[in-house]
Amino acid sequence: MAFEAGQVLPEQIFRVTRADLVRYAGASGDFNPIHWSERTATAVGLPGVIAHGMLTMALAGQAVATWAGRGDAVTDFGVRFTRPVPVPDDEEGTKLSFTAVVKAADAESATIELTATCGGERVLAQARAKVRQV
Amino acid sequence: MPLDQSFNGRSYPPTAPYQVGREKIREFATAIGAADPVHHDLEAAKAAGYPDLVAPPTWPIVITMAALKQIVMDPALGVDYSRVVHGDQRFLYTRPVVAGDDLVVVNHIEEILSRGGHDFLTTRQEVRTTADELVVTVWHKTVVRGE
Repeated sequence: MAFEAGQVLPEQIFRVTRADLVRYAGASGDFNPIHWSERTATAVGLPGVIAHGMLTMALAGQAVATWAGRGDAVTDFGVRFTRPVPVPDDEEGTKLSFTAVVKAADAESATIELTATCGGERVLAQARAKVRQV
Repeated sequence: MPLDQSFNGRSYPPTAPYQVGREKIREFATAIGAADPVHHDLEAAKAAGYPDLVAPPTWPIVITMAALKQIVMDPALGVDYSRVVHGDQRFLYTRPVVAGDDLVVVNHIEEILSRGGHDFLTTRQEVRTTADELVVTVWHKTVVRGE
């Protein structure tokens, strides 16, 4: 779809379970135990196992791809990680929500500003994606 | 202990070439739920104008995170890895990564800051083909939490 400045994009919700963290660890090569070991996560002061920041960013990118209707649209993508995303050891896992506003758009490209929340708290700041429109 | 400021501005030699494989792209795309056929189906990627499967936008982390070890594992810089938190991340593309690319990572230390007892290490990583074509520039901010 072609983005227009000021457009508010529909919310997308992703569910992340421990199995998703293990799968992402293998695919990305990030085997930091805070993403799969409760013992290690709590020993370093975390509430429990947390999602890889880069998984949250990848899902934000996936939200952008869905809004854009294609997986090759992103030309510039940046985020700041502001809060950990705890993932409980159950079937439901945790819920990540993404919403966005189109800040600028022309015939060639559009800039999208995302809001990412988990349990009502923002987990990303300065989350922006530039996408091609052609 | 604060990071050694003399590392500011330092550049590193390119990493060993990494050949981007179709199955690695498919595996990564599956792990993040990226279902667009350009990541999975060769014909769809070709129809979209690419020579091979297209990697999702955060895919380069597979090689840039590994390349970052060249910097953060250097004991002289003084990063305590057990206190490291990921601060910021950005990917600025010249073109998407595609299967078959032979990629190297060239690391640069862009900024070292100490503030409020924490250290902030900003790196810029140029991901280039072995033919020296710039594909994507990656910024990564590492935060080393104070004691």
